[in-house]
Amino acid sequence: MTATNSEATLPSQGTEAPRSGRVDPKYLRSNPSKGAFEMWAWLFMRVSGAALVILIFVHLWTNLMVGDGIYQIDFAFVAGKWANPVWQFWDLTMLWLAMLHGANGMRTIINDYAEKDSTRLALKSILYLASTVIIILGTLVIFTFEPCLVDEAGNLLEYAPSFCETAVN
Amino acid sequence: MSTATVEQEPASKVDLAESGEGAGAIQEFTITLKVRRYDPERAEDAWWDEWQLTMYGTDRVLDALHKVKWEIDGTLSFRRSCAHGICGSDAMRINGRNRLACKTLLKDLDTSKPIVVEAIKGLPVEKDLIVDMEPFFQSYREIMPFLINNSPAPSAERLQSPEDRARFDDTTKCILCAACTSSCPVFWTDGQYFGPAAIVNAHRFIFDSRDDAGDMRLEVLNDKEGVWRCRTTFNCSEACPRGIEVTKAIQEVKTAIIARSL
Ligand code: HEM
Ligand code: SF4
Ligand code: FES
Repeated sequence: MTATNSEATLPSQGTEAPRSGRVDPKYLRSNPSKGAFEMWAWLFMRVSGAALVILIFVHLWTNLMVGDGIYQIDFAFVAGKWANPVWQFWDLTMLWLAMLHGANGMRTIINDYAEKDSTRLALKSILYLASTVIIILGTLVIFTFEPCLVDEAGNLLEYAPSFCETAVN
Repeated sequence: MSTATVEQEPASKVDLAESGEGAGAIQEFTITLKVRRYDPERAEDAWWDEWQLTMYGTDRVLDALHKVKWEIDGTLSFRRSCAHGICGSDAMRINGRNRLACKTLLKDLDTSKPIVVEAIKGLPVEKDLIVDMEPFFQSYREIMPFLINNSPAPSAERLQSPEDRARFDDTTKCILCAACTSSCPVFWTDGQYFGPAAIVNAHRFIFDSRDDAGDMRLEVLNDKEGVWRCRTTFNCSEACPRGIEVTKAIQEVKTAIIARSL
């Protein structure tokens, strides 16, 4: 069943008289949608947007403004942050909210701009696939990140964060 | 017979200047009217026609269309009924904006350039400036634009406090001209969206204290093609010839649906 037209029905409220049936089929809505998905999606955009303001600006501030600012960002800096459960949680929340928010925003844009159902389906398939891959990959990285990388001889790589020295010895 | 103490009515209630040219002072100018024509019996595609017209400062776009239809080309087709902003039949795209031809004074437009008139967008064009309004009215019918009250009909009118009446005053002003719905980019895409006008007219009853079917209308508009497709572009509020705060009304319906669900 395609999303529009082929199964289109007129409302059964008896309000279609006197000229029903004359409506160009392109405009007929398919059966009313069940549930309130679009309402929750709309609400989610507002709530996640508000949360993202805090998440993103604190993220930018700690990374770029505090300490040595942009010069401090290297492997060790990232490793140091992810050794802290607070930053793990922070980045995880930011990843999930930004991805779901961004993906839902793109879904809305596709709905608004694609004129054919087939175009919609194709674009949304790409979008959902890409979003799923990024969310899973990002989540994995945050939880399985290995800060203290060693070479074949078992020596710490030089860009490892300083706390690795105590951990290895 | 009148005594000196009785003050004389002025000859006219309109104050005409002592000097000056009176009615002759109305400015006169030449305009170019450019209309997008369509007639499937004459040509497959739409085409543009242009006319040079001498018009007056008191004339509206509708007067220019009349002049063409009555004096130059009788095949030019457009809808109008009241010619005074009441019936809502002559919404059209004038210089890219949805306006009522009968409420748009020529002197308020840039008369140095052609005045471009097209049919409203998003509805099937039938001929020239006439579009098929049925899809528009279908959405209107679906929101049940009539009073539904479960209590027995009283012997006199159903009373309402001034505050309750004021709650939906703005949305009572709609004349169903479709300027809003046909200015909405979401409606242009596939014509599935209920559109601002249907929501405005649902708002009219949802917030009426005498009506009992607000929930049913909120349910209709909670559809995936209902209020959630609104992207707050404000095109509708800008287009409405009645000055209705259309976008605000849509937001109020959204809020009401959420409040009911939480
Ligand atoms: C900084 C805080 C953010 C706030 C307050 C915010 C807020 C919003 C809101 C309220 C909408 C819905 C607009 C509508 O329905 O008309 C929206 C849409 C959107 N957001 Fe965000 N957002 C933020 C960050 C982000 C981020 C980080 C991304 C990318 C991952 C993003 C991508 C999108 C997209 C693609 C849309 C759809 C575009 C549109 O609706 O026009 N936003 N945003
Ligand atoms: S809300 Fe305004 S623009 Fe829309 S149909 Fe009613 S009068 Fe016309
Ligand atoms: S002709 Fe009636 S509103 Fe313009």
